[in-house]
Amino acid sequence: MIKVEQLKKLFGPKRAVDGVSFAVEQGEVLGFLGPNGAGKSTTMRMITGFIPPTEGRVTVGGHDMWEQPIAAKRLIGYLPENAPAYTDMTVQGFLNFAAEIRGLRGDARKTAVNRAVEMCFLESVLHQSVETLSKGYRHRTCFAQSIIHDPPVLVLDEPTDGLDPNQKHEVRTLIRTMGKKKAIIFSTHILEEVDAACSRAIIIDRGRIVANGTPAELRAQSELAGAVTLKVSGVAGNELTARLYQVNGTKKVTVLEEKDGRVLARAFPKTPESNGAYARAIGEAVQGWRIEELHLEEGRLDEVFRNITLSDTQK
Amino acid sequence: MSSAFANVKTIAKRELAGYFSSPVAYVFIVIFLLLSGFFTFMVGGFFERGEASLVSFFMWHPWFYLFLVPAVGMRLWAEERRVGTLELLLTMPVTAWQAIVGKFVASWLFLGLALGLTFPLVITVNYLGSPDNGVILAGYLGSLLMAGSYLAISCLTSALTRNQVVSFIIAVVLCLFLILAGFPPVTNLLARWSVTLVELVASFSFITHFEGFQKGVLDSRDVIFFLSVIGFSLFTTGVILRGHRAG
Ligand SMILES: Nc1ncnc2c1ncn2[C@@H]1O[C@H](COP(=O)(O)OP(=O)(O)OP(=O)(O)O)[C@@H](O)[C@H]1O
Ligand SMILES: [Mg+2]
Repeated sequence: MIKVEQLKKLFGPKRAVDGVSFAVEQGEVLGFLGPNGAGKSTTMRMITGFIPPTEGRVTVGGHDMWEQPIAAKRLIGYLPENAPAYTDMTVQGFLNFAAEIRGLRGDARKTAVNRAVEMCFLESVLHQSVETLSKGYRHRTCFAQSIIHDPPVLVLDEPTDGLDPNQKHEVRTLIRTMGKKKAIIFSTHILEEVDAACSRAIIIDRGRIVANGTPAELRAQSELAGAVTLKVSGVAGNELTARLYQVNGTKKVTVLEEKDGRVLARAFPKTPESNGAYARAIGEAVQGWRIEELHLEEGRLDEVFRNITLSDTQK
Repeated sequence: MSSAFANVKTIAKRELAGYFSSPVAYVFIVIFLLLSGFFTFMVGGFFERGEASLVSFFMWHPWFYLFLVPAVGMRLWAEERRVGTLELLLTMPVTAWQAIVGKFVASWLFLGLALGLTFPLVITVNYLGSPDNGVILAGYLGSLLMAGSYLAISCLTSALTRNQVVSFIIAVVLCLFLILAGFPPVTNLLARWSVTLVELVASFSFITHFEGFQKGVLDSRDVIFFLSVIGFSLFTTGVILRGHRAG
């Protein structure tokens, strides 16, 4: 549905986006991650046709964004960063306008507005002026605008920004549900949302894609991925460490904590594997001591994020 | 293209609704009517003239439009850019043209409404004497066209900046040039050097082109002049908006 090819955007000498390519199909939810100023919003503005790329191409549903902008824009629902909305209107007036400009009239418009109001929990502020809305409600109003015409493509720039925990949860659920039938791109700084809602994630840093994969694939890039953490009692730390080093494939062992006769240690394999063979080997090696806990680490997204984006800054 | 027309209408409707949801619109209309009354009766000498006409009403229009119209037009694009709704508007399935025309038409209608509310003057003058209502109608038409020209220029300057005050000041200065080009004290000064220069400069003036309408003369050149100012300014607005988006 969305295809981005070698997208570049220069602001003066500054390369805000520098050769980004990816595609999002129907039924996919793509999480867009990256540090501040990485170029997420700029990329989204080019996808939605607000700013022209310096180089590269965007097609939405087969329509080139710069050659057939109207046909392409019809397919998109867009929540811009900071959720702008016309402050001189009521929430209802604003949503009516959004529906009408999407070609919905009469009963179709009424149904569409009611549906969006229900999905975004806006009943209580329907007749309130947008100007006096709290930040979270304004965000929800703008979000409602983006889904009002039930578009096959959604581009959401930080959709959960400023929402309370309950609403964050609602929006994630909504994105996941809608993602079954739509092609969705959303940017976020909250890494749990990647697990909660995305089928795939892209990390971009200084205008370039530095990682692209399913949440599990990204987590596997973590140093922690594949390590085994265990808690054993009735043994000294160095004794346990020595035993763990004897296990085939162990690269490194660290003792995380040792107190009251209990040792918490972590063993890293030379080559991480997810089938649990290494964990079983560890389990067998420590038999005879009392094992209180033993688990295989999946890896952590925040660690991957930090490693990828920091290492780039230091270069 | 019926969908183009529908889009222009939707955008114009939204813009107009926006005007009336705040007190600004009402304040503007009241000020407009008070100024009209004051200048017509107190300064223009409506009664002293001893003739049944609205000359003393229309003669002030180039001057009070100078401040009132930029006040209406200054927010058109500056506000959209400041609040960020421009991003919303231009990523909807509408062309920049439809948006520009829709917003312009809305504020022009609004000015037309304010102008229309001066109709008690027409009634008064008809009650007191028997004026040439054709001349009055021509005056209203000319005034509306002139208001549109001021508005289109304000629309252009509004696209230049996020700051409404800056937009207002630039619009006033530009419009002032277009008035002064035909203002007698200025043209007399220029006439000392060259008569052709005077004619050239004056041909760009609102005052020169508005004169005919005030006398009840509908000259197609005057109509075309005002329409060209509108067309040119709106076109330039489009170019400016495109420039901003290109970064
Ligand atoms: N109109 C503009 N003119 C000049 N530079 C710009 C413009 N818009 C964005 N930039 C620059 O482009 C870079 C990328 O900005 P962008 O807004 O895309 O970042 P982002 O990834 O969305 O960041 P954040 O997480 O803070 O929202 C930044 O360095 C920014 O300063
Ligand atoms: Mg951003």
